Formats: sequence, structure tokens, C-alpha cells
Amino acid sequence: MADVLLILAGCLVFAAFALAAWRFVKGPRALDRVVAFDVLTIISVTGIVLAALITGRSIYLDVALVYALLSFLGVIVAARYLEGGE
Amino acid sequence: MMSGFFDTIGALMMLGGALFLALGGLGLVRMPDIYNRIQAGTKATTLGTLMVLVGAALIMPSWSIKLLLIMLFLMFTNPLSSQVLARAAHRSDAPMTPETKADRLDEDAEDLA
Amino acid sequence: MSDTGLLSKGTAAPWRPLATRLFATLFLFWILLNGSLSIATLISGLVVAGVIAIFFARNLSFLSGFHLTPAGIGAAILFIGYFLKELVKANLALAKLVLTPALPVDPAIVKVRTKLTDPVGRLLLANAITLTPGTLTCEIKGEFLYVHWVVAQSTDIEAATQEIVAGFERYLEVMYG
Repeated sequence: MADVLLILAGCLVFAAFALAAWRFVKGPRALDRVVAFDVLTIISVTGIVLAALITGRSIYLDVALVYALLSFLGVIVAARYLEGGE
Repeated sequence: MMSGFFDTIGALMMLGGALFLALGGLGLVRMPDIYNRIQAGTKATTLGTLMVLVGAALIMPSWSIKLLLIMLFLMFTNPLSSQVLARAAHRSDAPMTPETKADRLDEDAEDLA
Repeated sequence: MSDTGLLSKGTAAPWRPLATRLFATLFLFWILLNGSLSIATLISGLVVAGVIAIFFARNLSFLSGFHLTPAGIGAAILFIGYFLKELVKANLALAKLVLTPALPVDPAIVKVRTKLTDPVGRLLLANAITLTPGTLTCEIKGEFLYVHWVVAQSTDIEAATQEIVAGFERYLEVMYG
């Protein structure tokens, strides 16, 4: 029962990723892509936690934490850079 | 491999979180301008990720401390990055949907510069 | 020596309680991150947190504003509860909006005023606004916040303040007053 639910959750996370990726490709402006990138990385954190659960390895949680930290910094830097106009 | 009450509740929680993530993705695609897209993105991903992490903590109780750290971190940084993006959008004069009925920030722009 | 005005902010602030608070926060974070209580973990945590606390207590004032009292902690717990409730409401409203084929958005950027003076209090308010139904903080300037509202009910400053800010401010005033 729980396994089936987890697989369904994985499919939904994949759908979310695909939708955000569409916005990333479509743009139309650089900042729209950064917004999509921000959402993509957070969905990836969820994906990493799902992977940790499925493989049973807790080391992936550290990966998720560092990934979240780096993506946050990346988004801030990109936003500050684009602030002056495109 | 998995059975038991908490596993099922946890998996249901994760499914709910994933559903919100997917709705956030849909919002990102459908919304007309960048501000509304940020709105859709930030709220859905925050609650969605929180629910997935809580679900994971229910399935693997020994991981809950680290999962809690990730949750606290995301709850603090996620809105912050959205705010920085929204500010960047406004400062670079990103177009707003024609339905926008007022822009108090634009009216005060001279005082802020 | 009495605390007088500006000088006490940077140089003559009581740095010992600040350093203690910073040290405790860092040490707790370190233990949570490691998830173990072995001797090596504890000693390295003590040393690193201690050094950081000694060097940076003066500059990192973001911990100092919080009222570490029973009332402050109680307000913090109520704040988190209220915040989670609003977050769920925000997502249900958003889900309804994006699943409606016509996409009935009615956005505006409105200006609201906050009574909070502490910078961390204002930051928490801005974060909370961003995650609650249909609102997104775009800019903070002094006591004014500029908020993007997906379905704006009013563009008047007082009405918008009442609608967006008042709920959180009640708790944050106790925490950061």
C-alpha cells in the first residue's frame, strides 16, 4: 500500500518538475527562468529525499541540505545580477 | 517492505505534498506575469516540500532531526529568495499583466531611489 | 556606565549575553547537523562555536532582538501555528485559482505599514506575508512594505494593512516588540 503511494508521489514530483522545466525553457525573460530554476531546485530536494527513502541511505539527506543551501545562494546572486535590468 | 500505520500515513502525506508541488508547477506555467508566477511557485513548493519531508520523517523516524533541519532551512530561505526575485523583477521593470489595477511601488519609486 | 543612544548599539552593547546566545544557537545547530553526541563531535562543536561566538557576537545582532521570555516563546509557538494554518489556506486558494480555467486573477501592488521596528521582526513578517494567501513582499523600505496581491481586495493602505499584516503582527510584537 505505502509503496504504491510512494510511486504515485514520485510520478507527481516528476510532473511538477516537467511543468517547471517547461517554464524554464519558455522564459520569456531571464528572471522567469531564474524563478523556474528556483522551483526546479526545490522540487529536486524533494526528489533527493524520495531517493533517500527508496534506497534507505541517509547520506542523501546531507546532499539535499547542501543542495538547498547552494541553490538559495545561486538564486540570490542571479537575482541581484539581473536587478539592474536585462 | 513497508507496512504499518505510520508508513501509510507518511506515504499519504508525501503524496499530498507531491500534489501541491504539481499544482505549483501548473501555476508556474499558467500564471500571466512573473509576480504571479513567483506567488504560485513559492507557496506550493514550501508546503509541498514540508509535507514530503514530514511524510519521510514518519516513515523513517530516525531521520527526523535532519529532516527538521532541512524544513527549517527551506521555510526561511524559500520566501526570502522569492522576495529577492520579486524585487529584482520590479527593479528591472518586468512587465505586469494588464489586469494589474494598482502599483503603489511604482508610484513611490522616486522616494525610494 | 549607562547605555547611551547610538554608541551602545555597536561598541558598548552587552556582548556577553549576546555571545552566549550565539554560542548556544551554533552549538545546538552543530549537534542537530551531526545527529550524534560522541566526544569528538561535542569537543569540535564547542571549539568552533566558541571561536565564532567570541569573534562575531558584536556583528551578528540578528539574535539579540528576540525576547527570550515565556511570553516571547509562547508567542513564537502561536506564530508558527498561525503561520502553518495560513500556509495551508494559501495553497488551497492557489490550487483553486490555477484549476479554474478562466484564471481569475485581479492583482495589484499595495503598500502596507508595520509597527515593528526590529529588523529581524520585519524580515519574519515579510517572509510570513510571502507565504500566506495570495501575497508576496516585493520591497521593504523602513516601516512600509510593498506587497503584490494576486486577488487584491483593496488598494487602500489602512485596509490592506489590516487584511495582510495585522494577523502576524500580533505575535511578532510580543516576540520582537
